[in-house]
Amino acid sequence: MATNEEIQKDLEKREYDAGFITDIESDTLPPGLNEDTIRHISAKKDEPQWLLDWRLEAYRHWLTMEEPTWAAVDYTPTDYQSISYYSAPKPADSGPDSLDEVDPKLLETYEKLGIPLREQEFLAGVKNIAVDAVFDSVSVATTFKGKLKDAGVIFCPISEAVHEYPELVKQYLGTVVPQGDNFFAALNSAVFTDGSFVYIPKGVRCPMELSTYFRINALNTGQFERTLIIADEGSHVSYLEGCTAPMRDENQLHAAVVELVILDDAEIKYATVQNWYPGDENGVGGIYNFVTKRAECRGVRSKVSWTQVETGSAITWKYPSCVLIGDDSVGKFFSVAVTTNCQQADTGTKMIHLGKNTKSTIISKGISAGKAQQSYRGLVRMGKNAENARNFTQCDSLLLGDKCGAHTFPYVEVKNATATLEHEATTSKIGEDQLFYCQQRGLSEEDAVNMIVNGFCKDVFDELPMEFAVEANRLMEVSLEGSVG
Amino acid sequence: MLEVKDLHVSVEGKKILKGLSLTINAGEVHAIMGPNGAGKSTLSNVIAGRDGYEITSGTITYKGDDLLEMSPEERAWAGVFLAFQYPVEIPGVNNTYLLKAGVNAKRKHQGLEELDAFDFMKTVKEKAKLVELDPSFLSRSVNEGFSGGEKKRNEIFQMAVLDPALALLDETDSGLDIDALRIVAGGVNKLRSKDKAIVMITHYQRLLDYIEPDFVHVLADGVIQKTGDKSLAVALEEHGYDWVKENK
Repeated sequence: MATNEEIQKDLEKREYDAGFITDIESDTLPPGLNEDTIRHISAKKDEPQWLLDWRLEAYRHWLTMEEPTWAAVDYTPTDYQSISYYSAPKPADSGPDSLDEVDPKLLETYEKLGIPLREQEFLAGVKNIAVDAVFDSVSVATTFKGKLKDAGVIFCPISEAVHEYPELVKQYLGTVVPQGDNFFAALNSAVFTDGSFVYIPKGVRCPMELSTYFRINALNTGQFERTLIIADEGSHVSYLEGCTAPMRDENQLHAAVVELVILDDAEIKYATVQNWYPGDENGVGGIYNFVTKRAECRGVRSKVSWTQVETGSAITWKYPSCVLIGDDSVGKFFSVAVTTNCQQADTGTKMIHLGKNTKSTIISKGISAGKAQQSYRGLVRMGKNAENARNFTQCDSLLLGDKCGAHTFPYVEVKNATATLEHEATTSKIGEDQLFYCQQRGLSEEDAVNMIVNGFCKDVFDELPMEFAVEANRLMEVSLEGSVG
Repeated sequence: MLEVKDLHVSVEGKKILKGLSLTINAGEVHAIMGPNGAGKSTLSNVIAGRDGYEITSGTITYKGDDLLEMSPEERAWAGVFLAFQYPVEIPGVNNTYLLKAGVNAKRKHQGLEELDAFDFMKTVKEKAKLVELDPSFLSRSVNEGFSGGEKKRNEIFQMAVLDPALALLDETDSGLDIDALRIVAGGVNKLRSKDKAIVMITHYQRLLDYIEPDFVHVLADGVIQKTGDKSLAVALEEHGYDWVKENK
């Protein structure tokens, strides 16, 4: 039987199977960031003046800000003048009208990643998901737009929404995450390129799962996508997001903003499987994943849940948050984060309780191996009007080997005496006694590790839609592959 | 079936077993008794293949194969089962799921088809009855939130499903009340057969009232001091372990 040290060594050998590069001609802006860069991006997308002004305002604000250093991560700072802020596969002046116009190389790329872009692939009835595929800075295809439109659901690239639904975009953009919210959000507001826009009208239950698949391909390019989802009164939607990137020796920046607006009695379930390239075993390369995600439960009895499975990225800085404004609104955060080799993750959530009887749940599971460092950072704030608000927090960490670390930073602010908070935290090593027990019952060591880790993550995986639960299980197995020598 | 010869084992440099020899044939039930720290659990752990034991000399042969060359799961596939003294909790892992993975890994190794869910559940329900295990335990996480007695009963249930040739019961009777002891012993007795062997490690003679052994060994100071039949256990209960050492 291998010891923890051996398991740890084997973990360092894990393979990243989405690391290929698509050889496609692209239209890429030269590196550098100034007002002209922003004007150029805006012109590329033929944007109205108000949006250009909005971007420039964000950029000028960003110039006054400093990159945050409070997270428990250590990395070489990005030189913002050395990266390109726009890259699109040619020709991409406007989004393609049908799949026939999409470059076969792109279709092949998504096929290789297991993302079906041909609608007929869904007809077997196995999958019921509409996909928006974002490649570097542009959306290259969105499926099932017609079927969704019949239900009144808008699902399209945000660059298209700016033209087709300007009033909706104008009404909600930047209202959850303002331009100057934080360093990375300000940068994103200035240079965001594409992302998804979703609007679910009153009383509509979205007839299928919506998903966006983000792919970074071009060298030295940052990806700055922006997603905006609005669930109008009494509506319901389940949204999934997946991410991968090629293996490159250079670090690449991904700074996204996601805004969710939930009105009376509506519900959004937002799930992420983040598998950006994590860098090699020596910590060379990998994606810097600096993301701002926030949901505002503006309506009474509105609900939101963030479910994330984070296995990729060299550095992760991410705190999907819930602002519970409406009375009786509910926010949930379920997270599994896996860090191996030299990966670092500082992730968690914020639950801001403002309305009466608001409820929140936080379940965070961290798994560290190799030399990886991981922190859970969470804030629970009970405002002075948050009568009878309740929060339950559970943070569990699992360590494989003795060179990795797990840290927990829970922050609590309570301004209403009727609020209730519960917090549970555990840190455990994957037990040699657990491994031996499973092996004694006939499991190989690798199967035993997978079974124990999946068991550890069960509370979170149970929250994922079926399609993603399978994907998450597979990803975990890939991450832990070769754990037996 | 099992042949232990002149076995010397150290743990962190401390000598625990000092030339232990033991022969176990198919169809036999052996009881190993002895004071705390005598090396009883070390012996069962070494047979099952647990890490952390240094075997300095000696051999263990199982059905003609060198057991010490086999990984823990290979030993399990070959029919060695250990009922743990302290069964381990595995949160989030379904009790039945673990067992099914174990059974099918063994079948795969033997070149047999994997059992489908239907056939497997049928076996599982039969065996659960054998140890009077409430069916709700089948869908719970492995040993999580089980009482001491329930954990031990779960061990015997797993043993019934995995159907081993050689079962090692490490203090399975400790922490059981008299009713639970009767149920567990009943389960073990139903599993006795001429092609299986059982080794019970225990402190108490009372277990042997329920599961009658063919041989009783007294293990002290790292070797078998004395071997006898059931009456040896009764004598032990009366005179204590020092009596054995004095009357070798």
